[in-house]
This record gives sequence, structure tokens and C-alpha cells, in this order.
Amino acid sequence: MAKLKNLDAPAKVKNYSDFQNEKGATSLLIARIASYVFLVFVTVMCLFSFYLLIINSTRSNAELQSGFSLLPREHFFENFGNAMKKTTFFLPQGLLNSLIIAAATSILTVYFSAMTAYGIFVYDFRGRKLADKFILLVMMIPTQVSAVGFVQLINQFKLVNTYWPLIIPAIAAPATYFYMKQYIEGALPLEVVEAARVDGSNEFRTFNTICLPMLKPALAVQMIFAFVGSWNNFFTPALVISKAELMTVPIMISIINSDLHSQAGDLGKLYMYIFISIVPVVIVYMFLSKFIIKGVTLGSVKG
Amino acid sequence: MGKKHKSISYAKWGYIFIIPFFVVYAVCTLVPLFSTFLYSFFDYYTTMDFRTIGPNFVGLQNYIDMFTPDRTGAIDLLNYTGNTLLMWVMGAVPQVLFALVLALIFTGIRLRIKGQGFFKTVIYMPNLIMASAFSMLFFTLFSPVGPVNQVLTQITGGDPFLFFSDIWATRSIIAFINFLMWFGNTTILLMAGIMGIDQSLFEASSIDGATSKQTFFKITLPLLIPIIVYVLVTALIGGLQMYDVPQIMTNGKGGVDMTAQTLVMQLNRMIGGVTKNYGKAGALSAYIFIVTGLLSILVFKVTGNSSGKKKAKKGGK
Repeated sequence: MAKLKNLDAPAKVKNYSDFQNEKGATSLLIARIASYVFLVFVTVMCLFSFYLLIINSTRSNAELQSGFSLLPREHFFENFGNAMKKTTFFLPQGLLNSLIIAAATSILTVYFSAMTAYGIFVYDFRGRKLADKFILLVMMIPTQVSAVGFVQLINQFKLVNTYWPLIIPAIAAPATYFYMKQYIEGALPLEVVEAARVDGSNEFRTFNTICLPMLKPALAVQMIFAFVGSWNNFFTPALVISKAELMTVPIMISIINSDLHSQAGDLGKLYMYIFISIVPVVIVYMFLSKFIIKGVTLGSVKG
Repeated sequence: MGKKHKSISYAKWGYIFIIPFFVVYAVCTLVPLFSTFLYSFFDYYTTMDFRTIGPNFVGLQNYIDMFTPDRTGAIDLLNYTGNTLLMWVMGAVPQVLFALVLALIFTGIRLRIKGQGFFKTVIYMPNLIMASAFSMLFFTLFSPVGPVNQVLTQITGGDPFLFFSDIWATRSIIAFINFLMWFGNTTILLMAGIMGIDQSLFEASSIDGATSKQTFFKITLPLLIPIIVYVLVTALIGGLQMYDVPQIMTNGKGGVDMTAQTLVMQLNRMIGGVTKNYGKAGALSAYIFIVTGLLSILVFKVTGNSSGKKKAKKGGK
């Protein structure tokens, strides 16, 4: 109930200008307090899971099995040692594998999405509108729908247990294209392209060295979306990878998790795996988050 | 004239720039998509001893099987569709509401919220955690010996409540995780939408003496409709793909009487295991494809109409 009250309050009092008279002063104060309460509530909700994951990584298997606690224990390094031990698979190897795939995927996704959006925005060619409509349309198709044929295709080309089927499809990311297109329309004046031509720059160089840097905020936003998406992806890698030395972290985690159901697993080790797997994405996120906050809004403000 | 001539001479660059996207899309998605649909008309599967049966053409048999009621008269496919949509709605409604409120707080200039950067950073963070990690965490939170039950048994003094033996508790927990993972993303999108609205409209309405409520319902909301449509459609597509969370939460078993089994879990059951049934999985894929298309059109129709009306009104003014 309290939550509902908070939901209403900011919407009621929200206003965009300072043209209001004094009677708004008290209601503004109430709105401000309600907003803070709501924000703190949301923050706690978001950080609680992180807190639990960290706490759990400091507790031993026996402690985790017997019950729950909000207080940390001293088994962090023991769990860390267990997680770093080489079994059928090896966590550092998994981290490296995930990193290679996520880095390649996110770079390809943003580069080629920007390139496609740029091509459709800057050049006037036959089928331009159609190409745009087509991508918007296929954005609606869920990835898994083509999974059956995709698996067959990989088998035919003998690409099972390689990273190609995980990396190459990143070149065509309709949702990222859509975002880039919106952004470019607002942030890239055509005059820039024409000025570059006058200066004798060829089209590729104009795109790579002049226009791409202007899209930095949008690239950063989509880069982190793509990186996190790939880093946490389980469905496709699980269909493609079965060799232990090629496994990504989510596959390893799911294996440890299924061990748990046969009583052979170690919960402490599992939570340590999760903890370690979150660290890289949090670091990447911290580096790029200022772009998320600013960048996402910049395009539309100009547009 | 001159401008036009210039752009024509550069036309070939347009094709060069978009070719990589289209080639990769055709090879990696379109070809598999069509072969998936093609397999749906064949009897085509692998057995436990790694033999491949088929492909033998069977016409619409896979589709007929899919819609044939089982012994109890229930059609599993429709139940799974219902589960998927239900859990999606249960998560998406609070997701959009929370996101809308947060977006309004962040864009409300008069509110002057301090520490906005921090709050904006934090709300997106749950998305960084793997869906499977979330699922495991909530599984332990709500287990019979978990903290929720520790508190609960102390209050009621009775036996622990078995959340994962309860249909609605299981569904609610799955929906909640989806909500928690995605509301930050939605907030960012809505924020972008609100900041894209022409600020002079708000000033004008304020001068005309509009109340905040009027401003919200007459200006902000109608102009935000296109972004909300985008949010709803992408959320819907994501929702129909719901897989990791219920899969881990129910250990791939679909919960009580399969009431948390989603469409993609079912699809994974057909092609993710040792034996693969490409024919039946193909038919299921085609079904998911059609359902997604129909629901997307529905979202566009419902929300499109209301924004169309608003546009007409604005034009009339």
C-alpha cells in the first residue's frame, strides 16, 4: 500500500517549470520526500541481491546448506581457492573465453549497427526505405525461433565447438541498428559529411574518423548492453559449445548448479563463481555508466 | 538540383555500408528461420543411440500433434503459452509503472533530486547479474530453510511455506525477478523519451494554469506513447523468450503440474538434450513466431489508435 502511495505522488506534483505560485511549495516538498523514499526503496531492492551474492561467497557449503544469514563469514578465500581449482573445466579459462566472445560481439555489434544506420541515413539509394522497414520488422523476431535451423547450419559447416557461431551473428543486430538510427538522426548533421567530402576524405574515412567519434555516447550505451548480453548469454553457447576448454562462465555455472541437485555440489564454490563472473561486467559498467546516463538522453534531446 | 546529383553519385556507398548487415542477417537468421519452418513439415529427430530418423515429409502432422489434447483433455501448448504470457504480464506491469515513476522523478526539474547519478547507476545494475544467478539466489531465499521462511515460521509458528510447491508463489517469484532485472532498462528508455518532449509545451501548459495532473495526462503521457509502444513491444518479445529464470528456478521441470513451463523451455527440451526432435521443435518455433507477430500487431493497434487520436486533436488545434 505504501508503495502505491509513492507511485502516485511524484506523478501528481511533477512539473517542468518554475512558473507555479506558492501553493505548490508544500506539495512540492511532499513530492520531493516521497521521491527520495521511493528512490531509496528501489536502491535497496537493487543492491540487496548484490549484497546477498557477496555474503554468500564468504560462506562455506555447510553453512549455506544449513540456512541463511545476512552476515559475512570467513570462508571467502577457501571458496576462492576451490573455484580456482581445475576440475573438468577451469574458471580462469572460462573467464577468458567469455571475455573474448563478449568483447568481439560487442565491438562487432556497435560498429556494424552504426555503419548500417549511417549508410541508410547518409546515402540516398534505391531500396533505402525498404531496408529500414525490413530491419524494423525483423526486430520483432525472437532469437530462439530460428534456433533449430541455426543448430543444423552449424553442424553442416562443422562449426560446433568454435566461437564463430557466437560472434559472427553479432554483425546483424536489428535492435542496436534501430537505436543507432534514432541517435544518428539527432546527432549527426549531414553538413559534416559534405564538408569532409569537400576536404577530399573518402567515404570510409569520413565514417570511421569523423562520424563514429561523434556517436560515442550511443556506441558506449549499446556496447555495454551487448557486452552484458553476451557475457550472460546461456542459450546459444549451450547449443554450440560442449568442449570443456571452450566453455563460457554461464555454462560452467549451470553445470555446478546441476551438480547441486545430485548432492555432489559445493554451494560456496557456486556463489564464488557467480561473484567472480559479476566483477568484470560491473567494472565495464562503471566505466561506461556515465554514458548510459547522459548518452541515452542526448540523442533524443537533439532530435 | 545540385544536391540531388551529388547524392546519386554516392548511392553505391549506401549499399556498401549496409551489405555486411544484410549478408550476415540472411545467413545467420533468415536461412535458419526458413529451414526451421521447413523442418516443421518433416518427421525428423535423433534417438538415444545417436541415430537420425528422417527427414520424412509428414505435412501438417507436427502441427496437428501440437494441438492434440492429451489424455486429460488439456492442450499443453496452450497452457505453456498461458504461463508465458501470464508471467510476462505479472512482471511487465510493475516494470513499466516503476520505470514511468522513476523517469518522471529524474526528469522533474522542480523536484531537484540530489544524487541522481548514483540512483540512475544503481537501477540498471540488476541487469548485470546473470538470470541464472538471480534464480539460484531467489531459490535459496524462498527455500524451506531460507530466510523468508525463517521469518515466516517465527510469525506464524507453523510449518515452513513451500513456495515452489505453490503455483502462484512460483510464478510470482519468476515474474518478480524479470521485473527486477528489466525496470532499469525501461527507465532509461522512458527518460530519453520524456527529455525528447519539447520543453516549451510544459511551459505553455504551466502558463495556461494546467495542474500537474493535467500536464501529465494531457501532455507527457500522450507524447510518450511511441516510446511506450517500443518498450512494450521489446518487453513482449523478451517476455515470450522467457527461459533462464523459470528453467533454473524449477530445475527444468516446469514447476507444479508444469504451471511455470514456458514456450522456450519447451523448445529447449526438444533441441537442447541428447535426443533432438527438429520436426516438432520446428512446428513449435513457427507457433512462437506467429504468436509474437500477432501480439506485436495487437500492441501497435491498441496503443497506435490512442496516439493517432491525439495527433488528430493536436492537428485540429
